[in-house]
Amino acid sequence: MSTEQKNKPRLIVNSESRPYWEGAANGQLLIRKCNSCDKVHYYPRTICPHCFSDDTAFIEASGNGVIYSYSVTRQANPPYVIAYVTIDEGVSMLTNIVDCDVEKVHIGQKVKVSFLETEEGYALPVFTPV
Amino acid sequence: MSINGKAYIAGAYEHPSRISLDKTLPQLHAEIAKGVLEDAGLTKDDVDAYFCAGDAPGLGPINMIEYMGLNNVRHMDSTETGGSSYIVHVNHAAQAIAAGHCNVALITLAGRPVADAKEGKPARFFNPQAPDLPFEMPYRFNVVNMYAMCAMRHMHEYGTTSEQLAWIKVAASHHAQHNEHAKLRNVVTVEDVVNSPMVADPLHRLDCCVVTDGGGGLLVVSPEVAKSLKRPLVKVLGAGEAPKHLAGGHVDLTYSGACWSGPKAFEEAGVRPADIKYASIYDSFTITVLETLEDLGFCEKGKGGAFVSDGNLISGVGKLPFNTDGGGLCNNHPGNRGGITKVIEAARQIRGEAHPKVQVPNCDIALAHGTGGLLGARMGSATLILGSEAA
Repeated sequence: MSTEQKNKPRLIVNSESRPYWEGAANGQLLIRKCNSCDKVHYYPRTICPHCFSDDTAFIEASGNGVIYSYSVTRQANPPYVIAYVTIDEGVSMLTNIVDCDVEKVHIGQKVKVSFLETEEGYALPVFTPV
Repeated sequence: MSINGKAYIAGAYEHPSRISLDKTLPQLHAEIAKGVLEDAGLTKDDVDAYFCAGDAPGLGPINMIEYMGLNNVRHMDSTETGGSSYIVHVNHAAQAIAAGHCNVALITLAGRPVADAKEGKPARFFNPQAPDLPFEMPYRFNVVNMYAMCAMRHMHEYGTTSEQLAWIKVAASHHAQHNEHAKLRNVVTVEDVVNSPMVADPLHRLDCCVVTDGGGGLLVVSPEVAKSLKRPLVKVLGAGEAPKHLAGGHVDLTYSGACWSGPKAFEEAGVRPADIKYASIYDSFTITVLETLEDLGFCEKGKGGAFVSDGNLISGVGKLPFNTDGGGLCNNHPGNRGGITKVIEAARQIRGEAHPKVQVPNCDIALAHGTGGLLGARMGSATLILGSEAA
């Protein structure tokens, strides 16, 4: 129990990111979409980095993606997998691949979102092999 | 306005220290300033511009200007783009000189990460208000795994191998054996590199640069000042700088900002990659060098692995001698920032003052390139092209 508590990820929560973490706590992977240029972006911002419109909103992503690249950090105990996952909506996000055989993780591998509870009671989106 | 021929590197000094337990950070900056002024044959009262980056303690350049007693400063710049800052500074200093704002610009870099660690001081500080940090910090990114993902993707797209990356370290080690100050002086083989412990797949321990204390300094001066001094002339021919980032989630880890800083520098200098006799390439990791060489146009995109193999970067052996001081991979990466040492060794090569075993004959055109930040996320890239007076 104490080990699990200790291993919970810690977040930096601010007014711009709070809805994202609340969404994750509700089991939703949120990305930001611009109502002016219709493009999505990640990480989420209030002003669209593509067209600079302030008419943006969170939308729920499908939660499915493929690994764009990854690395196994061997110095950690246990080793962990950091990755960029390209989700179906077309943007790539930094994440961890969890609940996997670290020796079998590969580029192009299909993954789906899952959520780790954080210290603050929110959740952190991570991915697992399909 | 072009800077080609409008400014010269009149002083270049690398601090010999690699562990600086007995020196404070301001003291290192001042020793470096003293060293570079002596190299040029100038005094501190000649300095009318001061440039530094985030490693200088205090409010931008102000506290170091006070500490060193630089009393004639009329132009200052504390642009911070990580390890590439000092190459950006040379560009900005040359622009300021060309515009008539100053004549003698001092640039210093210093750091003591080894001493700080021994003294229990925090290693690295990320501003918690950086917009990206909330979405990246929880995933336990670090410098190595962020560069490692670039190598992994480059291997996937282009078939690059660990053995090819290892050749970059091998070449650096061949040069470092001649540098008495180098942190790692042993010549290593491809096998040594790929058999060293895996840090973050696919990067091994020997794919990584050294961590060192110390630093370096440069003096960028007007043509009139340069020609009044006794040192060999090192002319600024061109420079470029560029940010590269994740572009709202459109991630491509196979190239760097050198794609933009390089062409700008080559155009301003009026030269092509084939004209470069010596290249200082930022080498935080082997993959940093590989992607940069491709992006600067030394070889086709994706062919960097073949290009660096078989000693092609070794002075006297290959076609493109690189990092003849041993680079960040073997010699020195002071304050976790290697940008200034890249310009220092390029200046040594143009002056003909590199170690005789690694000096490139008739080195009339040289390039120095910096990569600051994270190749696997966001970076500041900067390219500088230097030449002899005849170039």
